[in-house]
Amino acid sequence: MVKLSFSALIVGLVFGLGLLVSGMANPEKVLGFLDLAGAWDPSLALVMVGAIAVGFFAFRRAARQERSLLNEPIQLPTRRDLDRRLLLGGLGFGVGWGLAGFCPGPALVALGAGELKALVFVLAMLAGMGIFELLERRKPS
Amino acid sequence: MMIDWTAFTPWSALAGGVLIGLAAALLVLLNGRIAGISGIVGGLLTPKPGDIGWRLAFVAGLVLAPVLWLAVAALPPIQIEAGYPLLIVAGLVVGFSTRYGTGCTSGHGVCGISRLSPRSIVATLAFMTAGFITVFVMRHLIGG
Repeated sequence: MVKLSFSALIVGLVFGLGLLVSGMANPEKVLGFLDLAGAWDPSLALVMVGAIAVGFFAFRRAARQERSLLNEPIQLPTRRDLDRRLLLGGLGFGVGWGLAGFCPGPALVALGAGELKALVFVLAMLAGMGIFELLERRKPS
Repeated sequence: MMIDWTAFTPWSALAGGVLIGLAAALLVLLNGRIAGISGIVGGLLTPKPGDIGWRLAFVAGLVLAPVLWLAVAALPPIQIEAGYPLLIVAGLVVGFSTRYGTGCTSGHGVCGISRLSPRSIVATLAFMTAGFITVFVMRHLIGG
């Protein structure tokens, strides 16, 4: 348990440093990437390229293993079907992302940098997640 | 389309991307989990025994990254132009939609595409398209 938390802490730090180095933690930079019709800054496409270049090999390896190096079961998503929720959720997330230039990770990093606006975004995001959980629970299953 | 070459930072973008990919690689190879930030945070709202510590630790790592950075160098710019009402709306929409659509930029965009998951490829195309359209509306139709 302690080992798992310690490795997650290190991973969170590396992830956060990556977001800072890449420019993803800066909403203005993100909006510059999403603004195709303005003065377009293509940088963030390269963030994806760099991340996927490493991730591709890691996940290929992980898919061949039953347990992780810390002896945990490797939990990879198994669903392959496309449904309405996936599409609507993706579209909705894109709208929210484009409104302020924040997605979840960068908002948490900006919060750690002491940005009050990031704190407000994160609290609203938690509320949005909470609303989702409440609606899910109300649904007869 | 007009590319803003003065804002283009290919090397730091690539280097940051490699770090993000490395983090995703470490989490799946060490902990056996997907580095999807909305999923990790969302799981804290319906906590299951034994499944809380690593989530909190991961979030703590993200929040502490700029603190660690500050110990060595000045932070890179973080410019947030959106006002508070817009930030609240954006946060609510991002929070709800990422849970509804089971992922965000990290889970679908980085981990999912790395796994060549058809669901994640569709989700990523959806949020990128919606992001492009939203910024177009906000900056060129409403903002002007």
